[in-house]
Amino acid sequence: MIFGTVRRLREAGVLGLNERNNRYTLAYNPRYLYPLVDDKLRTKQLALKAGLSVPELYGVIEIEHQIKGIHEVLEGHREFVIKPAQGSGGDGVLVVAGRAKHMYRLVSGVIMGRSQLAHYASNILSGLFSLGGHPDRALIEYRVQFDPLFGAISFQGVPDIRIVVFQGFPVMAMVRLPTRLSDGKANLHQGAIGAGVDIATGRTLTAVWRNEVVTEHPDTGNPVTGLQIPHWDRLLGIAAQAYDLTGMGYVGVDIVLDRDKGPLLLELNARPGLNIQIANRAGLLPRLQLIERIAARPNTVEERVAFAKDHLAAP
Amino acid sequence: MGSRHVYVLSFLLTLLGAGLFIYKIVALGFPIVPGEKSDLWDVEVRISFVARGGPVKVSMFIPRTSSRLAVVDENFISRGFGLTTTLVNGNRQAAWAIRKASGAQALYYRSSVQALEPAEEETVAKRPESQPLPSLEGPYLAAAETLLKSAREQSADLDTMVAQLIKHLWEPHNDSNAALLTGPRPDRDRVAEAALQLLALAQVPARLLQGVRLTLPSGEAPMLSWLQVYSEGRWSAFDLGTGEAGLPGDYLIFSIGPEPLFKVKGGNKVHYTIAVRRTEAGGLEAAALRGRIVNPQLLEFSLLSLPMQTQSVYRVLLAVPVGAFLLVIMRNIVGIKTFGTFMPVLIGLAFRETQLLWGLVLFCAVVTLGLSVRFYFERLKLLLVPRLAAVLIVVVLLMAALSIVSHHLGLDRALSVALFPMVIMTMTIERMSIVWEERGPAEAIQQGLGSLVVAALAYLAMAAAYTEHLMFVFPELLLVLLAGSLLLGKYTGYRLVELRRFKALASPRP
Ligand SMILES: Nc1ncnc2c1ncn2[C@@H]1O[C@H](COP(=O)(O)OP(=O)(O)O)[C@@H](O)[C@H]1O
Ligand SMILES: [Mg+2]
Repeated sequence: MIFGTVRRLREAGVLGLNERNNRYTLAYNPRYLYPLVDDKLRTKQLALKAGLSVPELYGVIEIEHQIKGIHEVLEGHREFVIKPAQGSGGDGVLVVAGRAKHMYRLVSGVIMGRSQLAHYASNILSGLFSLGGHPDRALIEYRVQFDPLFGAISFQGVPDIRIVVFQGFPVMAMVRLPTRLSDGKANLHQGAIGAGVDIATGRTLTAVWRNEVVTEHPDTGNPVTGLQIPHWDRLLGIAAQAYDLTGMGYVGVDIVLDRDKGPLLLELNARPGLNIQIANRAGLLPRLQLIERIAARPNTVEERVAFAKDHLAAP
Repeated sequence: MGSRHVYVLSFLLTLLGAGLFIYKIVALGFPIVPGEKSDLWDVEVRISFVARGGPVKVSMFIPRTSSRLAVVDENFISRGFGLTTTLVNGNRQAAWAIRKASGAQALYYRSSVQALEPAEEETVAKRPESQPLPSLEGPYLAAAETLLKSAREQSADLDTMVAQLIKHLWEPHNDSNAALLTGPRPDRDRVAEAALQLLALAQVPARLLQGVRLTLPSGEAPMLSWLQVYSEGRWSAFDLGTGEAGLPGDYLIFSIGPEPLFKVKGGNKVHYTIAVRRTEAGGLEAAALRGRIVNPQLLEFSLLSLPMQTQSVYRVLLAVPVGAFLLVIMRNIVGIKTFGTFMPVLIGLAFRETQLLWGLVLFCAVVTLGLSVRFYFERLKLLLVPRLAAVLIVVVLLMAALSIVSHHLGLDRALSVALFPMVIMTMTIERMSIVWEERGPAEAIQQGLGSLVVAALAYLAMAAAYTEHLMFVFPELLLVLLAGSLLLGKYTGYRLVELRRFKALASPRP
């Protein structure tokens, strides 16, 4: 039974966690580059320098003392997002959707008092959500307004598009749709839906929700397959450029589509999750190996995107 | 560096480790199974009495290292008593004292005794100062002289004479002279006393040994006195029961001289037991002694050359890598999620003291209670580090409370909760509560159970007598574990849980 499953997964080219770590992240992501992607502030600065759009930064809270002034920073902004600079997996991301008197209203409708928000920021600073429990910084940034396209298929949050980029080639993509369960965040293990996206066309394929294949959004009931993602070529371009930005050989690029500002680079992940394979109903290995085999490696972003669209179309 | 490098390195490490392992078994005869051919004993003396309420003084002779038996480790358990050990007339004596005590008291002395290869030469003993003549009078003196005379006539030398004397003393029904000295029903003590008097009369220096024999089948070892007689620079021993010459190899001497084994001042209803138990560690020391002869250099640098106490630490320490290796397998091959990387191993280590079942119960109790307090703290909105400290304090309080409650319920096992690594417990509670809040109770409980299962397995692997023995006697097996870990570091196969996770991809497309 076990061996049968192993064989079939091998045939499907499914990448497992051990193999991802050993063959890809350890081999292609040099340790000294990690701070660039693990710290969202540095990623943002890099992206801005390279001319990519990112959600506007309203402020950074670096030390406990600054927390007192947090409400002044937030003065002019009804909506914003607070998140740990070194968080991962959606932990610690707080999406504020408005005000209720002088209190803050989260996307889920929960009201948060001023002192609660300050406490939350202090938790971020003390490293509650950061990777190794290190002291951290809290970023306050523009809350992305989602594209109307996604209105019907996401619940109270911004869907984001995850593209796995290997040596500068976008190899697999999915769109992650927040659900009631995921609380406005688009991270799969927080309960978001992931729908595979055809690299060649930008159309959504099947979707997974908590490791199950689904075809409709569990909260809105609308179909999630067959949708065309707008600005697809630009999205692929941003993803491919992220490689030149950091030099990380194997990254997951998170992009959001803003109603007004178009695609914004949200963050980079040095250890992108593997569920993207379930959403695409395809294994990553054949695609990664295809890239590894390329003899004459195209150098420009456009060439790499074109190569990916030609060779990695969904069957 | 590539996988090739790792494979070669692992191969060399395995070769070295396994090679040494096999060499030690085949060439040096190290035991693979624990407890073979043991010659290490645990000796325990327990003195119990009822203190009268005033000051109490207890003195007791404690064993000495002889040419055949070495006292390698000893400890005293005496709640509230002050303890000193002194040399009294060449005997080692422990003295317990307390200013005020009442009620039932128990004092313990424990030691480990190891058999040595008998030394060839014994040092020449000085002739003791002449003893005063015994205070025998009238018929007793006459009887003694007659006994001595007949014994002399029936023997060739001093040794046979002493044997004859003892034999006579045990036969009061045949010999009226003996009956006069020992009474109608002689026992070992009376025979000893009579023999000493007779030898003093004959101007032969003699003394009594007090000790126990280690290899008697029953658990309790009675105090047995042995007679020693001096001649020509040598003390030779005689069995006071049979008159046979020679001291048995398993005779552990507590004291030399007529004084009783112990004295209790300030207490009554005195009772003592001596228990002897053969420990299982022994096969190893035996092999070490043999090994020392075959290839001394090799053992000089082995763990066996360390003091006993340090050795017992290493017995535990060397088992830890086994637990760690198991953890690697559980995490990277099976894919079980745990809180913290090594937390299950440390908890498993704590289970050694509590035993598995109790350990699980106590762990769950502390974590559950700690978690509820942690949830309460969450509402107070505390800064992270102070909150961690607060949880730590609560954990220690909980452990103390659990110990007190269980002690009153008579569950002494639960006292060992104190050995749980509290920092680890605190971090477990903290992480669990965060996972609980962020990912929901299901995930938190799942990870908690995962940690617990791995901890239990790590405990079973680490605490097995077999593991402990193997790793301690053959620390080179660590090289094999190291090789295994390096190889697993290059493992690229699926984790077992991934087979379920990617189930949808394994079934053919619809
Ligand atoms: N500026 C933002 N506006 C709206 N939603 C956001 C914003 N930043 C993050 N999110 C939501 O939170 C999720 C996680 O944020 P991300 O920055 O990717 O951090 P992480 O490293 O924890 O995944 C995103 O997928 C998105 O749904
Ligand atoms: Mg993300």
